[in-house]
Amino acid sequence: MANVTSTAAEPERLQLLRVLGPAHIWALGVGIVLVGEYMGWNFSVGKGGMIAGLVACWVAGLLYTCVAMIDSEVTSTVAAAGGQYAQAKHIVGPLMAFNVGLFLVMAYTMLEAANAITVGFLLDTVAGMQGHSGLNQQPFIILAIMFLAWLNYRGVLATLTFNLVITAIAFLAIITLFISVQFGASNVPLDFSAVTTDPLPYGWVGIVAALHFGLWYYLGIEGTCQAAEEVRSPARSLPYGTMAGIMTLLIAATMTWYVCSGLVPWEYLGQAGTPLFDAARVTGSTGLMILLFVGTTFATLASANGCINDASRAWFSMGRDRYLPSWFGAVHPVYRTPYRAIVFLVPIALIFALGAPLDQVVTFSILSGLLGYTFMTFNMVMFRNKWPLDTIKRGYVHPFHPLPTIVLLILCSTAYFAVFLGYGTQLSAMMCFYIVASLWFHFRRYQFVRRGDQFTMPWPKPVGY
Amino acid sequence: MAYKPPKQGLAGQIFDVLTLLVLTIGALYIPLYLGLAGAAKVPNPIANPTWEALGQNATEQQQWAALGITDPAAANDIITARFDYSFSWVALIVMAVLVIGYFVMVVRLSDKEYREVIEERFGKKR
Repeated sequence: MANVTSTAAEPERLQLLRVLGPAHIWALGVGIVLVGEYMGWNFSVGKGGMIAGLVACWVAGLLYTCVAMIDSEVTSTVAAAGGQYAQAKHIVGPLMAFNVGLFLVMAYTMLEAANAITVGFLLDTVAGMQGHSGLNQQPFIILAIMFLAWLNYRGVLATLTFNLVITAIAFLAIITLFISVQFGASNVPLDFSAVTTDPLPYGWVGIVAALHFGLWYYLGIEGTCQAAEEVRSPARSLPYGTMAGIMTLLIAATMTWYVCSGLVPWEYLGQAGTPLFDAARVTGSTGLMILLFVGTTFATLASANGCINDASRAWFSMGRDRYLPSWFGAVHPVYRTPYRAIVFLVPIALIFALGAPLDQVVTFSILSGLLGYTFMTFNMVMFRNKWPLDTIKRGYVHPFHPLPTIVLLILCSTAYFAVFLGYGTQLSAMMCFYIVASLWFHFRRYQFVRRGDQFTMPWPKPVGY
Repeated sequence: MAYKPPKQGLAGQIFDVLTLLVLTIGALYIPLYLGLAGAAKVPNPIANPTWEALGQNATEQQQWAALGITDPAAANDIITARFDYSFSWVALIVMAVLVIGYFVMVVRLSDKEYREVIEERFGKKR
């Protein structure tokens, strides 16, 4: 990693600490994403019905398997903080890197905001069940974001160890609910009659439309490579942790769809704020309700925690490279964390958490993620073309190239159309945002960037240059 | 000779951060705040709703009750709300051009910048 100054006055050279293992990588990936089973995914049922929700779950699983395969190869070779941002810098160029950095920051900051909204909504629901309806959610939203930002400020090892524990509990809560319902713990039976009576309320277009929120089951798994500079053995830990993460999520997503679709009417499920907790409410079991309340709380906190970690690393990396003011590229002299980036992103998360509806915030996060997955397709092709397999040592080589890339591109194109169906305005707003930001970078900001410093890997000159 | 970037002062740094903040809030938050963006999901409530008329069987009625909704009128909007997926082909083409055009622009401008990076790092192409 390139060195950075800790303060403007004292050019002390500090590095991020290499303290993380494969379990932390699993926890970072699954911890960010597992909340997708606790909220958000169910809007796919609202966009297409129960069957469409399940198809979206599996098709999105295929999309993310491609993402994990591609990302594991590139990340195991470009092991630098910022993940895909560092990849774009070395493979495509500075402007692409700036955009990828923004994708990451926006996707994770919006996801963080969505998590905070869910915490507030959950507490409001529980207060309502106790006869105290009309709870003011805002203090809890602010408290959740501020507490996690403080935790991130204090150090990465404590942050991700905290994530490891609460992610494991949240995952076990889903498995416990699934098994309990199978063994008759619910007062109300599972009912899948809508699968036959109203299988596709929107017809086949509903299946395509559902893919939009189907991405939410897994969105953020690619965040594992954000911690590349803080992993003890990146070439081993990153592919292992990422692949284990996607397998965990495929299992959890299918179980979640099954339990929720069986216990909650699809029309309610399609707009619910906390679907797994609602499924537990329907069982009538106090124990399951408490467990899924804890699971939802932990999943949202783990996700928000991981999001702060990842968004701040991307922002920090851009500051360090002068894509943003270099003030952001500082490491804390004691805690060795990108503390200025962490603090700066807090108010942005708060603005959206306090003032925007959940499905809109989720859509912004999904769109930024989707743009990042589209980038991965041509990034992979360029990576193999500029450095063929025999020219540099890769930690992992993904099989069947270019099949995963082609599949990913087709699924990304379908997902854009899915977002367009119902949320076209957000898509247009986001594209305008990135186009204007790109022009601003190329014509204004790029003058402050040191050209040669943008290529730090010990690789030979790329083919064709 | 290596490119030497100009030194940016504090005011310039603040200006750049504010530009990005204004872009983020202006393009993404204000449309939401003004209600200009949103999902086209519209309720089509039926008159004199009953659970049967709303297509809910006995088990589903139990599920609604467990979720705290025992009156079918309270579920009327939720059950009858639907997205409108009719769309204009022109709007779809505009969106496609926007997405593809964006990526083409970014990759082309990036390549221009990338060539400067490679030249400075490895020397001129022979």
